[in-house]
Amino acid sequence: MLTLWLILIPTLGGAAAFGLKPDILRRLLLIGVGVAHLGLTVCTWFHPTEPLLGGWIHLDPLGRLFLTVTSILFAASSIYLWGYLREQGATTQVDLELGAFQNNSEAIFTGCLLWFLSSMTLVTMSQHFGLLWVMVEATTLSSAPLIYFHRQHRSLEAAWKYLLICSVGIALALMGNFLMAKAASTAENGHVSLVVSDLVQHAKDLDLVWLKAAFLFFLVGYGTKIGLAPLHTWLPDAHSESPSAVSALFSGALINCAFLALLRVVQVCHAAGLQEVTSQLLIGFGLLSMAFGAAFIFAQRDYKRLLAYSSVENMGIQAFGVGLGGVATSGALLHVLASGLTKGLMFLVAGNIMHTYQTKSTRDVAGLWRKMPWSGALWTFGFLSLTGAPPFAPFLSEFTILKGALETNHAVAGGLYLLLLAVVFIGMSAIVLKMSQGDPHPHCNPENVHGDWSSIGPPLVLCALVAGLGLCIPPQLSDACREAAISLGGSGW
Amino acid sequence: MTNIILVFLVLTNLMLLGTGRISASIRIVAAQGVALSLLPLLIHAHGFGVRAVLLAAATVGLKGYLFPRLLNKAQRQASVRYEPAPFLSFSTSLMLGVASVGVAMWIGESLKLPEIESPLIVPAALSTIFIGLLLIVARKKALSQVLGYVVLENGIYVFGVVLAQNEPLLVELGILLDVFVAVFLMGIAIFHISREFDHIDVDQMTTLKH
Amino acid sequence: MKHGFRYLDPLLGLILAPMLLGIINRVKSWFGGRQGPPLMQVYFDIAKLLRKGAVYSETTSWLFRAGPIVSLAAMMTALFMVPFGNLQAPLSFSGDLILLAYLLALARFFTVLAALDTGSAFEGMGASREVQFSALAEPALILGLAAVARISGGTLSLSGIHHGVTFSLWFQSGLILSLVTAALSVVFLCENSRIPVDDPNTHLELTMIHEVMVLDHNGPDLAFITYGAALKMWLLGALLVSLVLPAHTHDLIPIDFISTLVDTAIALCGMFLLAILTGIVESRMARVKMNRVPQLLIGASAIAALALALAVQPVKEKNGNRTHETQVTYRN
Repeated sequence: MLTLWLILIPTLGGAAAFGLKPDILRRLLLIGVGVAHLGLTVCTWFHPTEPLLGGWIHLDPLGRLFLTVTSILFAASSIYLWGYLREQGATTQVDLELGAFQNNSEAIFTGCLLWFLSSMTLVTMSQHFGLLWVMVEATTLSSAPLIYFHRQHRSLEAAWKYLLICSVGIALALMGNFLMAKAASTAENGHVSLVVSDLVQHAKDLDLVWLKAAFLFFLVGYGTKIGLAPLHTWLPDAHSESPSAVSALFSGALINCAFLALLRVVQVCHAAGLQEVTSQLLIGFGLLSMAFGAAFIFAQRDYKRLLAYSSVENMGIQAFGVGLGGVATSGALLHVLASGLTKGLMFLVAGNIMHTYQTKSTRDVAGLWRKMPWSGALWTFGFLSLTGAPPFAPFLSEFTILKGALETNHAVAGGLYLLLLAVVFIGMSAIVLKMSQGDPHPHCNPENVHGDWSSIGPPLVLCALVAGLGLCIPPQLSDACREAAISLGGSGW
Repeated sequence: MTNIILVFLVLTNLMLLGTGRISASIRIVAAQGVALSLLPLLIHAHGFGVRAVLLAAATVGLKGYLFPRLLNKAQRQASVRYEPAPFLSFSTSLMLGVASVGVAMWIGESLKLPEIESPLIVPAALSTIFIGLLLIVARKKALSQVLGYVVLENGIYVFGVVLAQNEPLLVELGILLDVFVAVFLMGIAIFHISREFDHIDVDQMTTLKH
Repeated sequence: MKHGFRYLDPLLGLILAPMLLGIINRVKSWFGGRQGPPLMQVYFDIAKLLRKGAVYSETTSWLFRAGPIVSLAAMMTALFMVPFGNLQAPLSFSGDLILLAYLLALARFFTVLAALDTGSAFEGMGASREVQFSALAEPALILGLAAVARISGGTLSLSGIHHGVTFSLWFQSGLILSLVTAALSVVFLCENSRIPVDDPNTHLELTMIHEVMVLDHNGPDLAFITYGAALKMWLLGALLVSLVLPAHTHDLIPIDFISTLVDTAIALCGMFLLAILTGIVESRMARVKMNRVPQLLIGASAIAALALALAVQPVKEKNGNRTHETQVTYRN
C-alpha cells in the first residue's frame, strides 16, 4: 500500500491543484503533499513494500535511496515555496535587466510541480525499462513549465533548450530501450521481459553486442538528462533561470533520477559481464564532467550558474564512483544523498540572496554575513559541504570514492579526481568567500531582507542533515548503500 | 509493400531536407507518420491482432491528425512561413542526407539481422534518425526543430517496430503519450517565443551563455 | 540482313532528332493558343545556318571553332551506342554506359571551353552554371543506369540494359525502375536545358544557362550546335523510352524483320510521346529559381542512389526468377 500511496498522493494533489481557486489552500496543499510524501518515504525504510503491477513497480534499496533524496528536497522546497509564492504571487515583477514581467499562473505551477514529484517517484520505483523511459520523459515534460514561471526572455530560452535537448536525448534512450529488447529477445530460452530483475537473472543469455549498443545509447540519452559533459548544455540555463526552489529540485532530485535510470542499465550490464565497457565509459565521462564543471566554476559571474556547474561536477563524481566499482560504488551512492541535499540547501539560500540583492551577479553581492547572518552562514557552510570539507557528508562520500580508486588500482584517475576537487574548491572559495565577507554595497535595498521561517527553516534543516550524516551514518542507510552497491557490482564500506 | 513504405520514408526525409516551406514540411511529416503507422500491420507475421490495429490507429490519429493541427496552429500564431537561411544550406544538408542513407545502408548490411522482412528497414530507420538530428541542428526556426524531433522519433519508431516486437501495449501507448505531450508543449513554447521575441529564430536566443 | 538493319536506328535518330524540338515547340504554342512554327522549322533553321558564313572574333582561338565540331562528333558517336527499337545498338560492349557519360561530358567540356574562349562575362557565367549543374546531374545518370544494369542482368552495357528491361521486370522491381525513371527524367530535362532547370526561349542572358554559352556562335557553328542539341535530346530520350516502354515483340512475332520494325515503331511513338510530354511540362510548369536547381538535381541523384542501393540489396523472392534473364550473351 505504501508504494501506491506514494504515487497517488502527488498525482491526485497535482490534479486538485489545477482546480483549486484560493491561493492559500493551494499552497497548503503543496506543503501537505510534500510532508505526507516525506512521511511515507520514511516509513518505507522501516516497513517492507510489496511490488505492484506484476513487478513493474517495486521499491528496491537502490530506488529507496533516490526516493529519499527526492522526497526530502521536495518537502523542503514546498515549505520554502510558501513564503516565495506569497511574495511573488500574482503581481507584476520587475527585473533589473529586462523590465516588467508577469509570472505564470500559480495553479499551473503548483500542479506541474506535484506531477513532477509523482513522475520522479515513479522513476525511482520503475523496474521495467519501458515504464522507466516513459517516466523519465514525463519528468522532463512536467518540469519544463516550471522553468518558465517567470514569463520573460531568459527563462523562456532556458525552458526551450531544456525541452528540446532533453527530449532529443531521451529519444535516443528509447533507442537504447529497443536495443535492450533486442538483446533480450535473442536469449535461448525465448523471450525475457524488460524487468530489471528478470534481465539480471537471465543476464548470461543476453546478446552482448546488442547490449553494448544499448548501453551506449542509454549513456548518451540519459546522460543528456544527467548533465554529463559534454551533453550538459541545457543544465546551467535551466538551473539559473527557474525559481530557486525548482532549481533545488532539478539539481538534487531530477538529474539524480536520470542517474538512477542509467544505474538500472549498469545493473543489467554488470550482471551480463560488461563491466569493462561500462566502467571505462563512466570513469571517462565522470572525469570529463568534473573537468567541465571545474573549468566553468572558475571566474563564474553568476552564482546560480556557479551552483549549476557544481551540479555537473557532482554528477561527474557520481559517475566516476560507479565506474570505479568496489567501495567507490557505495561512496557514489552516499554522494547521491549527500550532494543532493547540499545542492538543495545551496539553491534555496541562493534564492534568499537573490531576493535581497536583486541580482545574480557574484560581483554585486558582498557582506552576506552582515546583511543576512542566517543565510550568510548557511551559504558558507553549504559551500564547505559542497566542496567536500569535513565534517559534512560529501567529505565522507568523496573520501570513500578516493579510497575505492586506490583500491581498484586506478591511481592516475584517482590523482586526477583529487586535482579536480582541489581546483573546484579553490575556484568556489574565491567566489563564495568574497560574497560572504566585507560590507554590503550601498545600493542594495534593506527592506528586502527577509528572514522568516519558510526561507531559513528548510535550508537550515538540510544543513543539519548533511552535517549529521557526516558525523554518523544510520545503519539502515549503510545497509541500503551496501545492498545497492552490490547490485551494481561494487561492495559496501 | 513494406519496401514501398520505406522508400517513401527515405524520399520524404530528403524532401524535408530540401524544402524550407514550413507548411509543406508539416504536411510531409504528417504523411510520413501515417505511412509509418501501417508498418506494424505489415511486418508482424501474425499482423492484424487487436494490439497492432489499436497501435496503428493511435499512431495515425496522433501523427496524421493531431500533430499537423498543433503545428499548423503554432505556425499561424507565430506567423512564420519559411526557413530563409538555415545554418546549413539546403543543398549541403541534402548531400549529407544522401550520405547518411549510404552509411545507414552499409551499417544495415553489416548488422545482418536475419529475421527481418525487408533489408531496407534498418537503413531507413537509421537514416531517418540521422536526418531528424540533422534537421534539429541545421535549422534556425524553432518550428523546424520540432519537426526534426518528430522525424527523429519516427526513425526510432521504425527501429522499435523491428527490434522490439513484444513491447507491452501499455509502454507503447505511454511512449506515444509522451511524444504527444512533448510536441504539445513545444507548440506552446513556440507561441510564447514568438510573442516574447517577435521571431522564432533560435540563433537569436543567445542571452544565456557560460 | 540483321547486320544491315542495325544501322537503321542511328540513322533514324540522325534524321528525326530535330523533329523532337519541333514537336515540343508545337505543343507549347498550342498551349499558348498560337499556331506555332511548322514541325520542320528546326530543319529549316539548320539548313539556313549552314548556308551562311561565319564571323569570328579576333580574340578567339581554335578552341572556339573546335567546340561545336567536337561536341557534335561526340553526340553522333554516342548515338551509335544507344539502342532504339532494335535489341542491340551497332556499337555495344561492356561498360559503354560509362563511355556514354564521358561522351556527354566531352561535348560539354568543349562547349564550355569555347564559351570561355570568347572572354565574355556572360558566357563565362553560363559556363560556370552549366558545369555546376551537370556535375550534379551526372551522378544521377550514372547511378540510375547502374541500378538498372544491376537488376536487368548485370551487364554494364546499354544494349544489355535495353534487353533486360521488360514488362515482367517492371512487375518484379517496379519500385527501383520507377525511381530510376524519375531520376533520369530530371536528368533529361536538365541536360537538354528544358524548363524546370533552364528556359531555352528566354530573352534575358542573366537567367540563361546553356543558351548563353553559345551566344557568340553563328553560321555553320550554330547549326552544328543546334543539331548536336537535338541529337542529345534524342539519345537521352531513347534511354528513357527503352526504360519505360520496353516493347520486345521478338517473342511474339517469330520473324525478326517484322518484330524489329514493330519495336522500332513503338519506340518512335514513345519518342514523340516524350516530346509531347516535355512540351506539356514546359507549358504547365514555372522555372525553378536558379539557386534551387542544385537541390532538384541532388534530389535526383539521391533517388538514383536509393534505387542503386535497393538494387544491390539481395531481395529474396527475386532470386528465383532472375536466372533466365541473366546469362544471355549479346555477341553476334
